[in-house]
Amino acid sequence: MIAALWTPTTTWYLLLAAALFSIGVVGVMVRRNPLVLFMCIELMLNAVNLTFVALARKLGDIGGQSTVFFVMVVAAAEVVVGLGIVVAILRRRPDATTDDMAELKG
Amino acid sequence: MEFLVFVLAGAMVLGGAIGVVVRNHPVHAALSLVLTLFGIAVLFVAQEANFLAAVQVIVYAGAIVVLFLFVIMLLGVDKAEDLRLEPFKVQRPVAAIVGGGLLVLLGMAVIASRDATTAVKGGGLETTTDDLPLTAANRMHDGNIRALARDVFSDHVLAFELTSVLLVIAVVATVMLARKPRKGDFVVEGTGK
Repeated sequence: MIAALWTPTTTWYLLLAAALFSIGVVGVMVRRNPLVLFMCIELMLNAVNLTFVALARKLGDIGGQSTVFFVMVVAAAEVVVGLGIVVAILRRRPDATTDDMAELKG
Repeated sequence: MEFLVFVLAGAMVLGGAIGVVVRNHPVHAALSLVLTLFGIAVLFVAQEANFLAAVQVIVYAGAIVVLFLFVIMLLGVDKAEDLRLEPFKVQRPVAAIVGGGLLVLLGMAVIASRDATTAVKGGGLETTTDDLPLTAANRMHDGNIRALARDVFSDHVLAFELTSVLLVIAVVATVMLARKPRKGDFVVEGTGK
């Protein structure tokens, strides 16, 4: 009984993922450095990945894991393009914050 | 044992995540991100996603964080940001309220639905905790990679091909964005310096 109580269930993983996602949301809202902003987006993506993997095990369906595979590819592409934009902006203005992203307007 | 792994990896994940948000130096934030990503990889192993754990370490902790550090070093923006500076006064209280509210709502949803998925027994989904189908697949040699490959290359083969197109487009776009404009290139006047 005690052993069953202390064995992590899917609910534990989902709660951990919820906490991680919330921290990522707070980070996106609070931080002003565009690079750190991207890191917080990675936190949220990883929280969702953890949810997919936990539910893939719970439901016995490998589809959740292949979804995580695709999410990783899209996240990598997103980071590459995002950092390209950040490089282009910061090269022009080295101290730019997210408030200065209005410069993206032509 | 499983409890210990979960607690340690969970502490890594949450500690690293809080580090990303509160460390004022971008390099420190990136290293905290590595801690979080390793914790996630450990949890992937605990959840029998062995291949994804390896991919997580190689792609995320290896490639993406190195890319972050590379950009930080390349641009020389590794100056500490003054976090006490708060140009928009209501920003942090609103962020705390939104984050806390989101956590409470997600937690309530998870706890309220914790028994929902166990009800579909016999519907092709064996959900008893003793012998999960994924466990059986993983017991075979390379079972997890085989199962994942069979799924990706049969049911999701179109999506797989589209991701390769996406990656090519991303690489081309980044090269276009990051290169310096040469003399004679078309530049819109009046932007920046």
